Amino acid sequence: MTKPDTYTREDAGQPASLHPAYASTLLRSPRQPLVRIPQTLTETTGPRDWDRLMGGAMADLTTQHAAMPQGQRIIVSGRVLDEQGRPVKHTVVEIWQANAAGRYIHAKDQWDAPLDPNFTGAGRVITDGEGRYRFVSVRPGAYPWGNHYNAWRPAHIHLSLLGPAFATRLVTQMYFPDDPLIEIDPIANAVPMPQRQRMVSRFDIATTQANWALGYLFDIVLRGSLATPMEQR
Amino acid sequence: MADNQSNELFGQTPSQTVGPFFHYGLPWKGGADLVGATDIGARPDLMPEDHYLLAQSHATVTEPVETITIEGVVVDGQGVPTPDVMVEIWQADPTGRYAGESNSGFIGFGRSSTSEAGVYRFVTVKPGAVTDSDGMIQAPHIAFSILGRGMLKRLVTRLYFDGDVANESDPILGLVPHARRDTLIAKARDGVWRFDIVLQGVRETVFFDI
Repeated sequence: MTKPDTYTREDAGQPASLHPAYASTLLRSPRQPLVRIPQTLTETTGPRDWDRLMGGAMADLTTQHAAMPQGQRIIVSGRVLDEQGRPVKHTVVEIWQANAAGRYIHAKDQWDAPLDPNFTGAGRVITDGEGRYRFVSVRPGAYPWGNHYNAWRPAHIHLSLLGPAFATRLVTQMYFPDDPLIEIDPIANAVPMPQRQRMVSRFDIATTQANWALGYLFDIVLRGSLATPMEQR
Repeated sequence: MADNQSNELFGQTPSQTVGPFFHYGLPWKGGADLVGATDIGARPDLMPEDHYLLAQSHATVTEPVETITIEGVVVDGQGVPTPDVMVEIWQADPTGRYAGESNSGFIGFGRSSTSEAGVYRFVTVKPGAVTDSDGMIQAPHIAFSILGRGMLKRLVTRLYFDGDVANESDPILGLVPHARRDTLIAKARDGVWRFDIVLQGVRETVFFDI
């Protein structure tokens, strides 16, 4: 039996759990140091069978209800890769987002912007054999929040990935190019520069479809598997 | 300015919080029942009915099995329960094998949103002891990820079962300072394995750097 792959540790671009400018971290971040452990079989394995587990694909967020949602139609596509640039095949990508007015279809979102009965904002796809994924959606709006006076979240799409192993779990947010709110957002700024820019998608005319939707590229890089010395022994 | 597609920036995508509004996107009905007997795990009360688009509950294990319930409250640094947290688990089957190593049909992954009272709950099977490829034996345990508003990255911990003699020689528990090990031990109470998670402060749960 070969030793399973182990995975790289966090790099310098990962945020700390405590980032006081994001006020909610003050009471929700541990004060004790994390206990560093080796990766055992528990950390180097992970779930499969996404369809059986979570249900079928939902790739087009504009066709989930009776009519088209309001807003600028967009295509978001990219690849899921490991740190060696190799595709992460057949892995699940889950997304959720606010509507074009910046309102979430959520009972606790009290922002005074209109709900859209034709937009939920939830999607889920499996990457193909080259690690590619693609969603159709509408561009989410920015919205205010209570972190500090006149705080506004930049437009963003939430993404959730499990990757090949427990160790590769990632939840992130995708931002849009040329958004002036990014540099004054405490959540985005919990990530140091220049790595923060990894979360900023790129407008792409080749992904854009004529007379239909603007295209944005966003690759997701998971903690990469490294061959272990055990394997080479 | 450099962006996601810039070669010079290539590397791990940074983690961000799930925020408070993930409920219509992530935790599905039945996601917290690893044998598929109930629809626990989701919070459909937090969205209009026609905007619940996630999976419907379905049986994942066809053989009759002996189930256990795991339950706990997640609290913040002031001891206040957190109603907007999501807990995920990953575990081996009763023979100690992870999905992919066995054909039992048991997937071993679960997802539970916390209730308004900050409580998560899973129905599952008790995992067996896990033997790594190098022969190292781990006591029965369940890996946990905690995600929520105010959490820029997930917190990772493990549940072990009170009274299991294998805990004494578990290589991971052995790395945890003695005085804090108890935070990783679920206690049986009224037929439920109780495992509270303290994000910060007195009796703070041990979280791992993996």
